[in-house]
Amino acid sequence: MDYISNLFVNLGNSWTTLLSSFLPPWAVTLVNFLVVAVILVMMPVVATLTLTVMERKVIARIQNRIGPNRVGPWGIFQAIPDAIKMLTKEDIVPANADKPVFNIAPLLIFAGAALLWAVIPFGRGMIGQDLNVGVLYLVAVGSISTIAIVMAGWSSNNKFALVGAFRVVAQLLSYEIPMVLAIAAVVLLVGTMKMGQIVELQTAPFILVLPAAFIAYILAAAAETGRAPFDLVEADSEIVAGYMIEYSGLKFGWFYIAEYGNLLAVSAIATTLFLGGWRGPFAGQIPALGPLYFITKTVLIVFLLMWIRGTWPRFRIDQMLALAWKVLVPLGLFTLLWVAVVIKLPVPTFVQWALSLGGNLVAIFITLTIMGRSAKRYAQKHALAGA
Amino acid sequence: MVPLTWYLLLAAALFCIGLFGVLARKNAVAVLMGVELMLNAVNINLIAFWRYTGLNQLVGQAFAVFVITVAAAEAAVGVALFISIYRQRNTVDVEALDDLKG
Amino acid sequence: MQSVIFAILAGITLGSALMVVTSRNLLHSTLWLIAAFFGIAGIFILLQAEFLAVVQVLVYIGAIAMLIIFAIMLTRRIMDPQQPRFNSQWGLVGGFTALLFVGLAAVVTRVAWPVAAGEIPADAIAQLGADFVGVYAVPFEIASVLLVVAMIGAIIIARERE
Repeated sequence: MDYISNLFVNLGNSWTTLLSSFLPPWAVTLVNFLVVAVILVMMPVVATLTLTVMERKVIARIQNRIGPNRVGPWGIFQAIPDAIKMLTKEDIVPANADKPVFNIAPLLIFAGAALLWAVIPFGRGMIGQDLNVGVLYLVAVGSISTIAIVMAGWSSNNKFALVGAFRVVAQLLSYEIPMVLAIAAVVLLVGTMKMGQIVELQTAPFILVLPAAFIAYILAAAAETGRAPFDLVEADSEIVAGYMIEYSGLKFGWFYIAEYGNLLAVSAIATTLFLGGWRGPFAGQIPALGPLYFITKTVLIVFLLMWIRGTWPRFRIDQMLALAWKVLVPLGLFTLLWVAVVIKLPVPTFVQWALSLGGNLVAIFITLTIMGRSAKRYAQKHALAGA
Repeated sequence: MVPLTWYLLLAAALFCIGLFGVLARKNAVAVLMGVELMLNAVNINLIAFWRYTGLNQLVGQAFAVFVITVAAAEAAVGVALFISIYRQRNTVDVEALDDLKG
Repeated sequence: MQSVIFAILAGITLGSALMVVTSRNLLHSTLWLIAAFFGIAGIFILLQAEFLAVVQVLVYIGAIAMLIIFAIMLTRRIMDPQQPRFNSQWGLVGGFTALLFVGLAAVVTRVAWPVAAGEIPADAIAQLGADFVGVYAVPFEIASVLLVVAMIGAIIIARERE
């Protein structure tokens, strides 16, 4: 029972003991590092194999369809024929492409998606590397994907790809700001940038303390991953998949894997920062529950993002930028300022958190009121113009 | 541990490469890239000196952060200037922009 | 072990920097610049300045390199690979910078630098943050004013006049 309750750590210890029986200590460390690295690098692939099926099923249900149902029970193995189909396609490089850049871009975008997993805590002590600057690291790694997308868009020598790349720069740079502001509010509240520590100190899920920051983060995350309704960077009906237009076969596969890897990663980050990570009932007594809670919460966030995708039409580019600069940035700035004030008040922590919640709710209310008014004005203006 | 001199040599080499870029390239954007390389060389020096001589004071790290800030401001204004010049003259060749030459 | 890592990182940095100043294609120059920035971030990690390494990636690669790529894309007719990449004085400049490097190297290797061994304080980042609002409060504020001024200035300069 003891073994089960701390299953993952015990498994790790048994594995280390097994290795130590025939390897010198430095080789054990090296092998363990490599194993962890391989597991983390595989995360985007795992995400693709599971989330594509989940997405197709969820979207199908939202649109009153059944979705894939041929391969395996309820179609859960649909990802395997999809992968085989993708791998057997011809690898095409456009004649006037900038070949080295064209070939490096898919690898770089995959690297950006895989590196994110190094600082995400799956359970107590189950983290690749609990960096001092963990949160900042996540933001920094995110910029690698932007570079990769611009490289892909530029090197394809295709006007749609270039338009896609321009949109990517505008969108990702704009939404990085509310995202960082939301994350900064959490960092300010707990006073550390270590991802493991943030979970340890999160005695109440921060979604109940900083709901405005959570909303800003989720919307920014949907935009950062380029998902509908923020999928202007791909926008099949406008610029036919944008920066990915010239890619095929395995190289397209890298982009695809990175997309779903990023989707799972931003959900895992949201879980860590706002939903208490691996915390949950009895997680303290039975550590093996931690990763299960973590995965459950992450999948819930993934579902939320799919739900948003299934129910909203695509934004126009000016609406998208206006949402970032006129709504999310002020909201994030206010949250950050309010937290900075609240944590300096000489009252117990739970009072500070309650005050933070109150301020956040007021901020959300004011934001919604202003948005509602401007929507009404817009509607009136259009009615006038139409008549 | 790597001797301090190696870091200083690396920074010196990077600085000289950047300086070459600044003085020899025709395109203003390439000149800006040379400037960025030079600023980075300075940062390597600052951090190396912090690590090897001044661990209890963080002045090296703090100064490096200020250098990065100034580099960001400089890049923003520089790129804005290039775009503005390009609109008027259709070139950002630094040799062609010599209107003030007597 | 550290020496090998240093050699690899220094090789990446210097090699990429050379490609930055010699590449004919401006966009390739920028991509090499990004590689050089990565090498320098690695050097910072080797020097145990993780915060600076992350800031390096965030600001130089995430912001400055993106800005330069943007500038190149907006002015892309200037990117003619047939045009000479260097101006007329490049030979002279090359000699001068080589000489400068020799001089710097001579100075750097001759001077006996007062190296003090020691451990990195565990809360170096917290200390840095406290310093920014304590000892370096004034320079910090000036830097933020500079950023605001630069941002407004950049918008005004680059704005299209009707």
